[in-house]
Amino acid sequence: MRPGKVAVRAALALVVGVGTAATGYAMDASAGPQDAVGPGRVRVEIGIEHSQFSIGHLQVEEGTLVEFVVDNDDPIAHELIVGDADVHRAHEDGSELRHPPVPGEVSVGGGDRGLTYFAFDEPGRVEFACHLPGHVAYGMVGEIEVVQTD
Amino acid sequence: MTDRPHRSYRRPLLASVAAAAALVVTASPAGACGGLVGENGTIQLTRTSTLAAFHDGVERYVTSFEFTGEGEEVGSIIPLPDVPTEVVRGGDWTLQRLAQEVAPPQQELLAATAEAGDSAGRAEVILETTVDALDITVLRGGGEEVGRWATENGFLLTPDAPEVLDFYASRSQVFMAARFDASRAAELGQTAGDGTPIMLTIPTDQPWVPLRILSLGLEESRFVEADVFLLTDDEPDLLAGGPGLSLERSEAASASLLDDLRSDVGMEWVPEQMWFTYLQVAAPAGELDYDLAVSADDTTLPSLVDTGVDVPEIRPVSAVGSDRSSWPLALGAAAGVVVLGVLVAHDRRGARGPSPA
Repeated sequence: MRPGKVAVRAALALVVGVGTAATGYAMDASAGPQDAVGPGRVRVEIGIEHSQFSIGHLQVEEGTLVEFVVDNDDPIAHELIVGDADVHRAHEDGSELRHPPVPGEVSVGGGDRGLTYFAFDEPGRVEFACHLPGHVAYGMVGEIEVVQTD
Repeated sequence: MTDRPHRSYRRPLLASVAAAAALVVTASPAGACGGLVGENGTIQLTRTSTLAAFHDGVERYVTSFEFTGEGEEVGSIIPLPDVPTEVVRGGDWTLQRLAQEVAPPQQELLAATAEAGDSAGRAEVILETTVDALDITVLRGGGEEVGRWATENGFLLTPDAPEVLDFYASRSQVFMAARFDASRAAELGQTAGDGTPIMLTIPTDQPWVPLRILSLGLEESRFVEADVFLLTDDEPDLLAGGPGLSLERSEAASASLLDDLRSDVGMEWVPEQMWFTYLQVAAPAGELDYDLAVSADDTTLPSLVDTGVDVPEIRPVSAVGSDRSSWPLALGAAAGVVVLGVLVAHDRRGARGPSPA
């Protein structure tokens, strides 16, 4: 999927997410491997401690709008960037220390909680990472697998 | 859902301290750079040399900060074994003299030859002082609290810093943050490469020498080399948490060494007799995940906890063939006897069955 397409869908997802009543369900992704979540609106909580995401892999059904809640238990800043290879390539230099409210991108200060939305509309794989200097190399990267709805 | 990715970075930020002995970390290709926290990476800490001497329950910790590059501020955070009562400028050449002791000039080497290693709250600022271009703050708090203080005060912590801060805070919640002010250094006429020695006086009965700090911020494959010097009242017993630390010398300190150290500024406390120990650290950063536990007298053994690793990984540090190399076996045998005794007593109670109501 082209970055522009992702951005449009993600932006649409943000609008939809804000306008949708909380009919989805919340889950704690730190609990371990589980079945694909979705479809619809799903809340996924991701913790960060010692510069590690609490999850390394997540499986979602296509047509799912995920509300990512990021709890940073570290005293240093982190970020959650969700997107395809082009999105991550654009962030690899870590030059943006704070991110504006772009869908799928959120900066979280030490001890803070961040929130962002992302729409997973097509089957495939989407990475998530923290692109602050040295953080990906330290292991702050994970994968979201989008599976077809039966 | 938790495939933890491979980590190619290791613990960045602290240079730490110790206790019962003297530690000198000399510059090496990757060594002694732990603790650097730069505003933008343009200033690099090129060398951190440290002496930690333990005498009569008091540690004197001498370290030198040497920076190069451009920028306004850069700093280092050092874990301490206890609260210092004083932080002053260190002697002018103490660290160099110790380095010389094991790396003498060529002519001395030749002569010797002819003769024969919060969410909960905020860090509490215990002490603040200035030494030349260094702003020094001693803090008390957990890893999260100290980390938060550091970030709020302009320190840029590397990703492994939270884990390292927690690692040291589990043993001692006392840290020293040293910030180098390049502008003030310029006003003082300091140039890149000039070192600023500082000495902390730390009453403590729990000595340990931080080694893991040397791997802070380094990739796992980066090799760490460092010289560790210990000065204690008696021959110390040493425990480390892994390979990569070798005992090179263990002997009564020479009168000339002690006389030379005693004659430096602030070093008058050096007694007439001390035990001199020299160790070398040579390990990939990924394996240097432990500290050095020290016992400086004959009545106590080094703390297993102070090595920072689990028991199976702990190993004694002693010279090959030394009589003292057998003390861990004696300790293990004694512990085994105690455990066996408890088990036997438990079995006997069980054999008697439950007591009648």
